[in-house]
Amino acid sequence: MLRNLVSPLLRSPGPGGFGGPGGPGGRGPGGRGRGGGPRAKITKESMKTFKRILGFVFKYYKWQLLIVFICIVISSLSNTAGSLFLRTLVDDYIVPLLSLEGDAFTSLFAKFGAAVLVMGAIYLVGAGVSFLYNWIMVTVGQGCLEKIRVSLFNKMQDLPISYFDSHTYGEIMSHYTNDTDTMRQLISQSIPQLFSTVVTIAVVFVSMVTLNIWMTLLVLVFIAFMMLATAVLGGKSGANYIRQQAALGDLNGFVEEMVNGQKVVKVFCYEEKAKERFDAANEQLRSSATKANVYSSVLMPTNRLLGNLQFIVVAFIGAIIAISGKNVLGGVSLGVIISFLQLSRNFSMPVQMLSEQVNSIVLATAGANRIYKVIDAEPEVDDGKVTLVNARIQNGEVTESDVRTGIWAWKIPEANGGYSYRQLMGDVRFHNVDFAYVPDKTVLHDIDLYAEPGEKVALVGATGAGKTTITNLLNRFYEIKDGRVSYDGISIKDIKKADLRRSLGMVLQDVNLFSGTVRENIRYGKLDATDEEIVHAAKLANAHSFIEMLPDGYDTELSGDGSGLSQGQRQLLAIARCAVADPPVMVLDEATSSIDTRTESIVQRGMDQLMHGRTVFVIAHRLSTVQNSDVIMVLELGRIIERGNHEKLIAEKGKYYQLYTGLFELE
Amino acid sequence: MLKKLFKCLREYKRDSIIAPILIIVETALEVVVPLLMANLIDLGINDSSMPQTVKWGLLMLAATFIAYAIGIATSILSSRASAGFAKNLRQDLYHNVQTFSFSNIDKFSSSSIVTRLTTDVSNVQMAFTTIIRVAVRAPSMLAFSLVMSFIINKTLSLIYVCAIPLLALGLYLIMKFAFPIFERVFRIYDKLNRVVQENLRGIRVVKSFVREDFEREKFNSVAAALRKNFSKAEKLLSFNRPLMQLAMFTCKLLACWIGAKLIINSGGSALTTGQLSSVLTYTMQMLTSLMVLSMVFVMITMSRSSAVRILEVLEEKSSINNPESPVYEVKDGSVSFDSVMFSYARKADKPVLDNINLYIESGETIGILGGTGSSKSSLVQLIPRLYDVTGGSVKVGGVDVRDYDIETLRNSVAMVLQKNELFSGSVKDNLRWGNENASDEEIKEVCRLAQADGFISEMPDGYDTWIEQGGSNVSGGQKQRLCIARALLKKPRILILDDSTSAVDTQTDAQIRAALRTYIPETTKFIIAQRVASVQDADKIIVMDDGHINGFGTHDELMASNTIYREIYTSQLKGGMENAS
Repeated sequence: MLRNLVSPLLRSPGPGGFGGPGGPGGRGPGGRGRGGGPRAKITKESMKTFKRILGFVFKYYKWQLLIVFICIVISSLSNTAGSLFLRTLVDDYIVPLLSLEGDAFTSLFAKFGAAVLVMGAIYLVGAGVSFLYNWIMVTVGQGCLEKIRVSLFNKMQDLPISYFDSHTYGEIMSHYTNDTDTMRQLISQSIPQLFSTVVTIAVVFVSMVTLNIWMTLLVLVFIAFMMLATAVLGGKSGANYIRQQAALGDLNGFVEEMVNGQKVVKVFCYEEKAKERFDAANEQLRSSATKANVYSSVLMPTNRLLGNLQFIVVAFIGAIIAISGKNVLGGVSLGVIISFLQLSRNFSMPVQMLSEQVNSIVLATAGANRIYKVIDAEPEVDDGKVTLVNARIQNGEVTESDVRTGIWAWKIPEANGGYSYRQLMGDVRFHNVDFAYVPDKTVLHDIDLYAEPGEKVALVGATGAGKTTITNLLNRFYEIKDGRVSYDGISIKDIKKADLRRSLGMVLQDVNLFSGTVRENIRYGKLDATDEEIVHAAKLANAHSFIEMLPDGYDTELSGDGSGLSQGQRQLLAIARCAVADPPVMVLDEATSSIDTRTESIVQRGMDQLMHGRTVFVIAHRLSTVQNSDVIMVLELGRIIERGNHEKLIAEKGKYYQLYTGLFELE
Repeated sequence: MLKKLFKCLREYKRDSIIAPILIIVETALEVVVPLLMANLIDLGINDSSMPQTVKWGLLMLAATFIAYAIGIATSILSSRASAGFAKNLRQDLYHNVQTFSFSNIDKFSSSSIVTRLTTDVSNVQMAFTTIIRVAVRAPSMLAFSLVMSFIINKTLSLIYVCAIPLLALGLYLIMKFAFPIFERVFRIYDKLNRVVQENLRGIRVVKSFVREDFEREKFNSVAAALRKNFSKAEKLLSFNRPLMQLAMFTCKLLACWIGAKLIINSGGSALTTGQLSSVLTYTMQMLTSLMVLSMVFVMITMSRSSAVRILEVLEEKSSINNPESPVYEVKDGSVSFDSVMFSYARKADKPVLDNINLYIESGETIGILGGTGSSKSSLVQLIPRLYDVTGGSVKVGGVDVRDYDIETLRNSVAMVLQKNELFSGSVKDNLRWGNENASDEEIKEVCRLAQADGFISEMPDGYDTWIEQGGSNVSGGQKQRLCIARALLKKPRILILDDSTSAVDTQTDAQIRAALRTYIPETTKFIIAQRVASVQDADKIIVMDDGHINGFGTHDELMASNTIYREIYTSQLKGGMENAS
């Protein structure tokens, strides 16, 4: 990130900047050598993306961009005028003034003063517009960036869980870091620079042709050489750069793996061996980095050399023309030569940069493309119309209530435009459900499952048997392939997703906490929960006592996903977070797996109190967790192979019995 | 701070010194070129003299080529120096990390050490490259150009003497105000990334609590703050270029005006047209250098925080070191704890272990039981001296662990950590961590003891099967058995299993214990477990509670006398003898 933020700062005033008196060697000592990095090819896709970005920027900042483009044109005109002014200065004033005397001298000298003032005014305008467009571009660039970030994040919230399964965190995170950074460069730098470069090239070229067409051709020859040098060295550097990146990846991978296992390294006294392996990878990186750097940094002096050579040849030929006969090749004056020397420099610099800029734009479109892919991704489908409301029951009639009553009802839209209400009981049924995460790899086969209102239903089975998948279908993280899932007799496809999920309290095996205080983390379950409700929930989850022991109690800041807490404590917090939501139906997926058996039994007492009369799904490895369930289902390879309560399953002497007596490993 | 970092230069010191010197020479040559140009114009073109034109042209050509040769040399030297510097820096860091004790590692956290070794080193390397290239080039360009214009004409150069400090002040002010804003921007950036990261990891939580909108609001406010602050900083920076242009244009016009007057008034003797052109070139070079310098300054300051983070690791001294005259032999596997006090942080109000007294004879099997957070792991980690006691002493074989050579001690005390790791490499590679020179037969032998031989043989490539990073392609139970085998390969006097069979079924668990009892009877064995079944048949069982020893005795003794033990027993009995997790 630092690199990306700093690189624009390091760029010396580029094209559209100032036109100084031409001189050899004056190429701004840029930060990193140009021409480093991979070369990119312009493709149809990159063009399409580029157009889309332009369209996006134009849509929000039409007027600002118009002003910016006008400013760029004025700015490059004013710069070229500066270079041309030298010709006027020498040819029209200094040389004649040297030979004039008396009144003629005075009047020309006065004109000269006026010319300098006019030039001053032109410069001032140039500086003014350049300030203006830089200022506006900040607003445009940052504004666009915010919009992109926000729409990316907004979209992310709407994506189905399967999206997150098929993309790694690192991959998604890089959309927010690397990809947005390249977008920023593209919008606030590359695009205006490209425009400015093109305008400058056009203006300077016209000026040069006006001054002398033959010398212009000479300059073009040198430009061709420079571009060749850039292409050759850039290509070499690019190849080495890729090697360097690979070596860097290897080394960083090694560091990450070994440092994360550093404690094992210590326990096995593996330090010396680790150093050896590290040193080898480190040396590999050094040698490839040196090569990549040499090629890219040789480019700078090479271009400087070519620039100087061009300068000398232009001067030399100009001199020959000037000396030999006044009218060869269109004739050149001293002023023309001086102006030309500058113009040629003003010309070759942007031309060289042009290829660089196009390259960076193409690279950036790749990043933008990745962002657009997310934005264009298919969101979760939600066609449900049935919503969840608080309800009151009077004389067997269910009516909607504005306040929380502890009773919920489904609000079902009727064909006539009205609504009917059905009390939420927690009756969940799966009928012949098939499911596959990836087509043709069915993980659930023909699942039939029913949870009567108020029942505690347990799912037992090895990892990969499909336990978690069943709950994931219930809250519609995934859509079933075949069959039907109903909730109080309503197909879950007809229930609005947000309401469906609100009716299910989920505690998952992997606890995710958020930066913020313990209190805020519990409140995540119910945003308007009072402090009393939070403490009450924590007590139910048996989390209260350890929270009190934390340095700031409920106000202790958790950072890095609650890394200061043990896995068991994190699970207790997750249970408290769910308890405060007070959901009508609960799903506990290995919610107590990291809690010792003694504490677990205390937590369970609290949970039983909370969930009294409500439907609960429990998934666990540990049989003590599920033993007191009303129904236990044993899953194997996506099928329910046994069902019944503890006593019944023990008596059956099947898989459950084997598990119970320790004859079989659950893994 | 720089001094300490530059210690890492070592064999690249020569390159890092020569490169800047060559850059100065190169710059000097480049600065001479405009002067030669002036002569070419004045003596050649203006006076219509072909020999003069050729003479100055050739001189320019010579200067240019020499500068080019030096430029190439500089590129090679500076590339070598910066890559070499980074290599040494990483090496020093990594080697120092290898000396870290557990508490050093805890202090930094693994992920932060990784960041320092990767991102931070890259940042510092970039700053270093900039220093030896640009940071030398820009000021020398500034100085030489100033000198040259002085030589050409004193009156004209007065313009710069006035302009440079003014521009420098302007740039300084901009940077001064922009810098703190940039620092703030970095912090907001971190926060933004954190929000996204937490959202990503917790996406199932977000969705099941239907908190999408809540998360959106959270993100939007950070994104807005980022835009606001970033714009502020960038807007300040956008003053840079116009300021620069203004200075440049003013100087140019003044030079034109004053210069032209000088030429005219003196009839071309005080100043020539060619000289005026050169002075204008120097103007640009000077001001550009100044601008670049200010940018370099910002960049170096920004990489400062990376340098600080690197130095923290470089300067961290291991909290556990070898004693002066270490003991190189562990006599037997007896362990004793004498009034042991322990806490992870010096200033903790409550000790993690409070006055522990224990004596364990060589060859005994000791079970350790207790609730989450009862300090079971802390107790056994003191035996291989992964942490040092804060009071009392731990003795192995009758000698204080602090008197042993650390490697000797740890080779005799094999520990299977609770959070254990396998590394990318073959099964064999991983096992050989325990003993580099182990024969295939020895490896097979320990795997049989750890009940791992069976599943390894069933793997596609047997003992040569590739294990992915973190052992992600073997199951939890298999991973635990491999880790036990790896520890056994050390042929230790003491073996510590810290909840190492939690994912193994009871039957296999029992088989492992039986194998250990039969085949390495002299080895003292500590077994931390959640399941009573795993420790029930141990010689003695320690019941830990809240940093104290609550009970110590055989299963029958504890059943009779210890409430906690009984409670644990019954809580598991309810769920049967078995808890598969």
